[in-house]
Amino acid sequence: MRIVFKTNYMQDIRPWKDGYQLSLYMLLLVVAIAAPWMLDDFYLGELTNVLIWAIAGLGLMVLTGHTGQASLGHAAFLAIGCYANIILIEAGVPFMIAFPVAGLITGIIGATIAVPALRLHGIYLAIFTLAMSILMDDIIVLAEPITGGVAGKYAPSVGVFGFMVDRWGTPNEFYWLTLGVVVLVTLGYINILRAPLGRSFIAVRDSEVSAQAMGVDISRTKTISFGLSCMVTGWAGALMGLYAGAFNNETFSVVISIQLLMMIVIGGLGSIHGAFFGAIIIGFLPQFLSISKEYVGAVFGGSTVAIPGLEFGIFGMILIAFILFEPMGIYGRWLKVRTWFELFPFYRKDMFKRQKSYLKTERLR
Amino acid sequence: MSLLELENVTLKFGGLTAVDNLSFSVEEGEVFAIVGPNGAGKSTVFNLISRFYDPYAGKIRFDGHDLLQVKPSGVAAYGVARTFQNIELFEHATVLQNLLVGRHRHRTTNLLSEVFFAPSAKRQEMENREKVEEVIDFLDLQAYRDKMIAGLPYGVRKVVEVARALSTDPKLLLLDEPASGLSVEETADMRWWIDDIRRQMGITVLMVEHDMGLVSGVSDRVLAMADGAKLALGTPSEVQSHPAVIEAYLGKAS
Repeated sequence: MRIVFKTNYMQDIRPWKDGYQLSLYMLLLVVAIAAPWMLDDFYLGELTNVLIWAIAGLGLMVLTGHTGQASLGHAAFLAIGCYANIILIEAGVPFMIAFPVAGLITGIIGATIAVPALRLHGIYLAIFTLAMSILMDDIIVLAEPITGGVAGKYAPSVGVFGFMVDRWGTPNEFYWLTLGVVVLVTLGYINILRAPLGRSFIAVRDSEVSAQAMGVDISRTKTISFGLSCMVTGWAGALMGLYAGAFNNETFSVVISIQLLMMIVIGGLGSIHGAFFGAIIIGFLPQFLSISKEYVGAVFGGSTVAIPGLEFGIFGMILIAFILFEPMGIYGRWLKVRTWFELFPFYRKDMFKRQKSYLKTERLR
Repeated sequence: MSLLELENVTLKFGGLTAVDNLSFSVEEGEVFAIVGPNGAGKSTVFNLISRFYDPYAGKIRFDGHDLLQVKPSGVAAYGVARTFQNIELFEHATVLQNLLVGRHRHRTTNLLSEVFFAPSAKRQEMENREKVEEVIDFLDLQAYRDKMIAGLPYGVRKVVEVARALSTDPKLLLLDEPASGLSVEETADMRWWIDDIRRQMGITVLMVEHDMGLVSGVSDRVLAMADGAKLALGTPSEVQSHPAVIEAYLGKAS
């Protein structure tokens, strides 16, 4: 077992535990940067997709994982970010300005929507956001002059620091652009989590009453959380639009919202790692299924025709399995495995068991 | 002027009068206890001070401020901290994080400086840590610093709640049944701590407690309540021997 002796406060404040951990993450970053030279275009495209999903997952993680507000409507914010980005670019705004602004617009819209949503808890908030996601579809169709309606829009190539970035033309540059956004968002997220704001998110999630008693303004905190979450989701949406190349009202359907929520639940709520693990699952599952289907077809004979709904069926089953057997997601399982090795042979089965607490004071409100 | 003043406070839930025309004041530097049978309205008084409930009538003043003018989150800003009867900690955070939430009212950084973790944010974190470590030392929580609340034993959670309240650097500490569910030894510890909180830190303590041993051991004055109204107010021994109090607990001798 590796024991880190703490001799000064910075060891708790800085994001990494010790040099060993830092070097692991640096290694991961180097591998990520070098990925275009190690993968062919197809897998690089898939990896880019995973990273975009990870950004969206980080966005939703702020709101659902850390502030405890379930949202089934984040596809709506993906759409807002995507359309805002493309519309600004079409209006002649350079990408380097259009992209951050698209996120800001989404964040402001999200924070505004949060105001009526503040009074809602749990399932009611989920229904509210679900309705928002369904509405967005219609709004895009109705606002045809701006959004192109059902015919949709096409994403142009964009310039970043003089480099041409295009999903098909220059996949390497597009990958690095996505990676850059991922790294910046993750760093910002880590910073928030070690500052008072991140702690107030966790406080609101775990106990609103005592958060208030500690001087945390609940509605302000939730609004900020909504805003930040939607801003990051907007960036993911903008990248998704560029990645897809063409999109219309159906690209960002309710299904995407649900997939996003499932993704962070499977990955592990309340952790940055969870967003990434979930994105890997959701990004590679379709590929994994089609590959294994071919394999099954080749070995046992049988048709290789697409089975409708197979992907969602498997996804649903994975989700059910996780909720039943590992509510803390892949990251939670990883922590357990790691603790088991670190403490060997002293790991106890109940170490991560949640204590049931009765008599919550939630009845106050 | 008293630190905390309640003046003719009344609270009604529908037809039930939970707090009935209650007035009392807590002086600076004292330990003031509220006792009474179940349902007497003791915790309701705390929730009124915390602004979770709006009184039907009456005034609540703290340190010259009208508490009824502020939101629930504004009460802490004046220097009132509290614990809860049924522990309300942030379950999926470490002890350290819980205590640091207590420092929230001293936050001076804004969103931008926190996203970039600017030098001001770092400095603030260091200051928060120093303050929190003092509290950890004071309450002997070193062994649990990086532990998740979800796995801690009940007695420790109770102490963490007090620690979190102390981290806010309060003028007035509201303790809602600090000794309920604690073992005899833990109760004895709690007694010394409450004494030290008053003596060393100079914090005024207002507590609700059933354990009469603890109440008479630490408190200067005791308020006995029944059915939302004041029964008796005075030193612990005065209140314990007050006929109305004995009647409320044991019933009338026939």
